[in-house]
Amino acid sequence: MIATIAAKELRVLFGLPLAWITLGVLQGVLAWLFLSQVDAFLGLQAQLALLANPPGVTEMVAAPLFGAAAMLLLVVTPVLAMRLIAEERRNHTLPLLLSAPVSLPAIVLGKFLGLWVFLCLIVILPTLMALSLHAGGTLDMGLLLANLSGMVLLAASLAALGLYFSCLTAHPAVAAISGMGASLGLWLLDLVLKDVGALHALSLLLHFERLSRGFLNSADVAYFLLFTAAFLMLAVRRLDRDRVRG
Amino acid sequence: MVEMPPSLRARNLSRRHGQRMVLEALDLELYPGEILGLLGPNGAGKSTTMRILTGNLAPDSGKVEICGVDLCEEPVAAKMHLGYLPEIPPLYRELAVSEFLHFAARLHRVPESGVGAAVTEALRRCDLTKVAQRLIGNLSKGYQQRVGIAQAIVHSPAVIVLDEPTAGLDPLQIREIRALIAELGRSHGVIMSTHFLPEAEALCNRALILHQGRAVFSGPIAGLRQQCAGDSLEDCFVHLTRLGAAA
Repeated sequence: MIATIAAKELRVLFGLPLAWITLGVLQGVLAWLFLSQVDAFLGLQAQLALLANPPGVTEMVAAPLFGAAAMLLLVVTPVLAMRLIAEERRNHTLPLLLSAPVSLPAIVLGKFLGLWVFLCLIVILPTLMALSLHAGGTLDMGLLLANLSGMVLLAASLAALGLYFSCLTAHPAVAAISGMGASLGLWLLDLVLKDVGALHALSLLLHFERLSRGFLNSADVAYFLLFTAAFLMLAVRRLDRDRVRG
Repeated sequence: MVEMPPSLRARNLSRRHGQRMVLEALDLELYPGEILGLLGPNGAGKSTTMRILTGNLAPDSGKVEICGVDLCEEPVAAKMHLGYLPEIPPLYRELAVSEFLHFAARLHRVPESGVGAAVTEALRRCDLTKVAQRLIGNLSKGYQQRVGIAQAIVHSPAVIVLDEPTAGLDPLQIREIRALIAELGRSHGVIMSTHFLPEAEALCNRALILHQGRAVFSGPIAGLRQQCAGDSLEDCFVHLTRLGAAA
């Protein structure tokens, strides 16, 4: 049932120009960043060779590329997520799901999976670009893998957050803007609250950066998983409240 | 017919919206092979009743059983036997008709091997075979309404709930949809709401007239005729709803 809903989400997404335009624009931006990063690396190579322990191409090119992709994901996900529930509300299609023999958690998980799979397709773009460097040199596969898992986990968290905000309203644009505000806020916590330990630990950036430096730490992985689960549960509760309050 | 257990039984349904009682102590039964008309003026509580019967809205008190399964305690098992067409048909405009019905069939747990046959049958019954490959958003209102009915019957449920299925259609389309509902009523239990009395008289075996959230008449349409004592159905309806307002 979850797979049926996820497949339908993907089908609708690819039936709209939105998915293709998103993939196209992101590919363009990332390719430009990638090439300028490669250019900078080639320019610096002579000086780097003089260092005792020089940073490799993965660290100099791939990691910044994933960092840029993460920022783009932060902006794009709320826009893709806004449709999930808000548009169903606005088009009065939610009764189809609510009167079908499907539980609320299954509806929420199906919607979440549909979006997450699409975001993972976006993550493949910088991964393939980074892998293309393998043709001309050696890559630090461990670092690449840590970056990739960071992106996939970040995508899950942002998808769950966007889905929750989409449950709050019948206006997709309101869902998009508030979702974007919340994800940027969680991102920026890092800059503003460096001294406040407890709140600082909530920052998305803090946990993503550790992964992108190659530390595949179970605490960071747990943070992303808990973050995702929490917002999915909030989304289920919110949908149930609609049924009770009308 | 009456010896059979009811496909749907609702007991003592109440629902409050703020200070206003939208529905008060409503009892309702639907048997297989009958069409029950839910009548009443605008705002009488028809749509609220249907939303409660289909699990879209929780009642403040009372319970609903579909084929003997409690809708509140086992929603997934109860909804297996349910097809619902809300007032505004729930259609994904960016999908083709056949694609949408495949999705609806899977959503209603039709086994994967039977999905194709179920969709073909629903397309045939709703006379949609010709437009099966067209996008729902490009269809006329009459065809969209049929797609709405098709999604409610694709899994062949025991109980079909139709909220104003003929509203906003032209006379020719109304006639076709009515013929379809009459056919559905032979093999399923159907609850339909309307505020058009001749439609209820032509289609329904029994009627439940709601006014301000309370049932002011419940029984066979013929009984309503008798109660009218020679008056037109409209006069009778007005009389009943006035009585309801006075009480």
